[in-house]
Amino acid sequence: MTEALLALEGVRISYFTRAGEVNVVPGLSFTLGRGEALGLVGESGCGKSTVALAIVRYLGRAGRVVGGRIRFEGRDLATLGEEELRGIRGRRIAMVYQDPMASLNPVMTVGRQLVEVPRLHEGVGETEARARALRMLAEVNLPDPEDVLRRYPHQLSGGQQQRIVIAMALIARPALLIMDEPTTGLDVTVEAAVLDLVRELRRRHDSAILYISHNLGTVVRVSDRVGVMYRGELVEEGSIRQVFSNPRHPYTRGLLDCLPTLGRDKRRTPLLPIPGQVESPSSRAPGCSFAARCAHVEPGRCTVGAIPTETVANEPGHRVQCVRAGELPPWRRRYVEAAEAGARAASEPVVALDRLSKVYRPRRGLFGAQADVRALADVGLDALRGQTLAIVGESGCGKSTLARVLSGLETATAGQVRLVGTDVAALPVDARAPSLRRTLQMVFQNPDSTLNPSHTVGYAVGRALRRLRGLSAAGAAREVGRLLEVVKLGPELAGRKPHQLSGGQRQRVAIARALAGDPEVIVADEPVSSLDVSVQAAIINLLTELQAERGATLLFISHDLSVVRYLADHVAVMYLGKIVEFGRAEDVFAPPYHPYTEALLSAVPVPDPDAQPERIVLEGALPSPTEVPRGCPFATRCPRKVGAVCDDTPPPEQRLAHGHRIACHIPAEDLVRLHRAGVPAPTGA
Amino acid sequence: MALGTTTVEAVLVPRRRPLARLLRGAWARAARLAESVPALVGVGIVGFWVAAALLAPMIAPYPPNANDFAALANPRPSAAHWLGTDHLGRDLLSRILWGARTVLAVAPVAVFGAAILGSLLGLCAGYYRGWVDLVVSRVCDVVLTFPVIILYMIILATFGSSALNIIGVLTLTKAPIIARIVRGVTLELREREYVAAAKMRGESGLYIMLVEILPNARGPLIVDMCLRMGFNIVIIGVLGFLGIGLPPPDPDWGGMVKDTYGMMSVYPHMALIPCAAISSLVIGFNLLAIGLREIGQRD
Repeated sequence: MTEALLALEGVRISYFTRAGEVNVVPGLSFTLGRGEALGLVGESGCGKSTVALAIVRYLGRAGRVVGGRIRFEGRDLATLGEEELRGIRGRRIAMVYQDPMASLNPVMTVGRQLVEVPRLHEGVGETEARARALRMLAEVNLPDPEDVLRRYPHQLSGGQQQRIVIAMALIARPALLIMDEPTTGLDVTVEAAVLDLVRELRRRHDSAILYISHNLGTVVRVSDRVGVMYRGELVEEGSIRQVFSNPRHPYTRGLLDCLPTLGRDKRRTPLLPIPGQVESPSSRAPGCSFAARCAHVEPGRCTVGAIPTETVANEPGHRVQCVRAGELPPWRRRYVEAAEAGARAASEPVVALDRLSKVYRPRRGLFGAQADVRALADVGLDALRGQTLAIVGESGCGKSTLARVLSGLETATAGQVRLVGTDVAALPVDARAPSLRRTLQMVFQNPDSTLNPSHTVGYAVGRALRRLRGLSAAGAAREVGRLLEVVKLGPELAGRKPHQLSGGQRQRVAIARALAGDPEVIVADEPVSSLDVSVQAAIINLLTELQAERGATLLFISHDLSVVRYLADHVAVMYLGKIVEFGRAEDVFAPPYHPYTEALLSAVPVPDPDAQPERIVLEGALPSPTEVPRGCPFATRCPRKVGAVCDDTPPPEQRLAHGHRIACHIPAEDLVRLHRAGVPAPTGA
Repeated sequence: MALGTTTVEAVLVPRRRPLARLLRGAWARAARLAESVPALVGVGIVGFWVAAALLAPMIAPYPPNANDFAALANPRPSAAHWLGTDHLGRDLLSRILWGARTVLAVAPVAVFGAAILGSLLGLCAGYYRGWVDLVVSRVCDVVLTFPVIILYMIILATFGSSALNIIGVLTLTKAPIIARIVRGVTLELREREYVAAAKMRGESGLYIMLVEILPNARGPLIVDMCLRMGFNIVIIGVLGFLGIGLPPPDPDWGGMVKDTYGMMSVYPHMALIPCAAISSLVIGFNLLAIGLREIGQRD
């Protein structure tokens, strides 16, 4: 076997803070062969990005590699001078980060930035560099490369920007490409396309890839091998198939068990969150670093000495750092075999939307009027008491506008929103009666801004209790403790400020605040999308439990179809402000599908190497909401487009069994047949 | 759970003694100043002058307006008059110490006045936007485009010069700058989710502005107040120099320069010493501002 391209040998990385040395990576070893793709997964704070930065020595002033060696093409990167290092960065090792806008210079055209790379690194002439840039842009599937070269980064969509960054990384033909969460900010269909691209480019260029992600599903799509990191240590490593079909480390199993997938729903396969949270790296107990959260921990064996890494019997290359790995029972994937209707009590609608529209009129400029933005167009929906209605769609589809109109933060342009019988479509929240305000409360997306950083938890929840329930200060103080317990937080947290809490804890406080008035309807706008999977599972379980106990109606807005599949009773799929499909979760997630739902489902990353769906490629980008197509909103990108009728005539709403509705020109029976027949070939570029 | 509820109340009870809480918070924040060298130097300089102002009646060797005509023969620094005397034989050290009292009384009051007025205007403009923003912003622009010194001269010439009038003028002319800063921060903070949450529970605009937004605009506001303090000290000096500052004979650093700069070539100390006092205090406040910004950025 030839020498590995990249070899980490007992690498130790520390950050030096005012409080002293914090050892974030206590000793990490792995190798990456030429042309191989290794995925590194783990929760945030487990040291994945630190390792990536350490390889190219970008740790900054506070971080330092304090031990071990990082060998790249036989040379120890730690001992190289700045000059030699510059020759390696960008040329032999290229990096792609999460936010493409941060990697692109906003005041330079894409062309100049791309051409610069080979000119700088290889001293190639202008014309040849340009030719290479054009070839590279064609390779990353950007239409009309000549035109793209002349553009500035802000004139491209997020997915296109990330393709440019990938093109910039690959144009120097690096031996190693490090990708740190490259698809995290992207929509699911765009993400799937970028992942396909990475896979395809790997075949063509023989660059090795170190792919870092918190998303187990995306790792499966691009890597050959996977390493699971916990608190700076590689706790399990092996081929994708070995790790995902026979995970041996309790942490890997925990990650898989807490992940909602398209095959799980809340009635049959509850998520199992990993208890606790990633402990801070500043204090390390002897023994296994996962011991404090592990269900299989055995005092005496797990909590003493260093835990050796051993190879799993009969699985060469599958290594686990767990003394009990051999004794654990075999792991079984938790699936629901076939979707079937669960028993569900019929109930009356609490929220009823009827032909709801929201149009934003941009301010008239000096040069005439700009086109109106239609964020919501004729939306009709019912949310039933005590059930969960999920609204899914990609960014820009109007789902957040819908939440804001419901909550009264914005008012509708036309149509009705009946909230327990009262039409609130035109009522801003401060014009609503106090009892109506109590009825509907909201949980927001961003754990960093959902709580006021200047107020304590006790104040935030207490204030809500006083305003919504009219409690006295003393009464509210008593009630705060009870509410915090409801969301499974200790009452001592009442005195803390948000910056002293983790993201999951903040989101729990936000839920407690929303519950203060005993609402009948809770609107949750992407409440788990910025949380780690294990925390996400706990919050989802909390929402499910609270709903079952209190009989509240949950409007759950999300872009994540796996979470929606798990949580929802009814699902509405939105595209460009319109509902294209609506029905019970089991009906929406089974054929017949609306072609858009079908494409979304095919794009969902699945953490199972044996169940990779056939991908449906969506052409082009989401049309601007100022120029919504006259006919079907999805016509411009639909892989199953029938013809001119799709462009010109709004599709009829086909009503199927159990209230399932699909807005499409293709009859439902044909949609089923088409789905069985497989993925249509993309039509032209 | 009896145990749980008592804990919560224990945690929440300190709210009833807001002063103690406020002091503890202020002390914690002040302790962080030690992290920045400029802030420490600034605190040293400002602290020196504050002490001088507070202790002036006790440590000043002479009454500030007493003339020692014997010293006029040689007004230079001597054992009797450490910093020398001015052209009327008044002890410079005593006048500098007493002068610190006037500056450090007028400048901070004017800054706080400007901060309160400016914050309110900025909060309203940023939170309500629309015509409120239009009116506030345009009025601020108009005030800011006036040549400041001429404006002071007009106002003080009309209403006479007194400490109160100087404070009023400084408040009115500095408030627009603070209003702009607070407006900018408010425009950003009003879109935060916690503001939406406050609206969802039916809070009034005033509550949202003062309780949800203002505390989070505190950082840039405090830094700017330190800078404003420096500017105000310079302006008080300039006004004194122009003869429209505090009425004589009470010591005023700017006035001290005005009275003696004619003798610059013979007795430079008479004008230079008050100049140095003004500069050092301004530099002290500016260093404090730099330090506070540094600490703010570290968070």
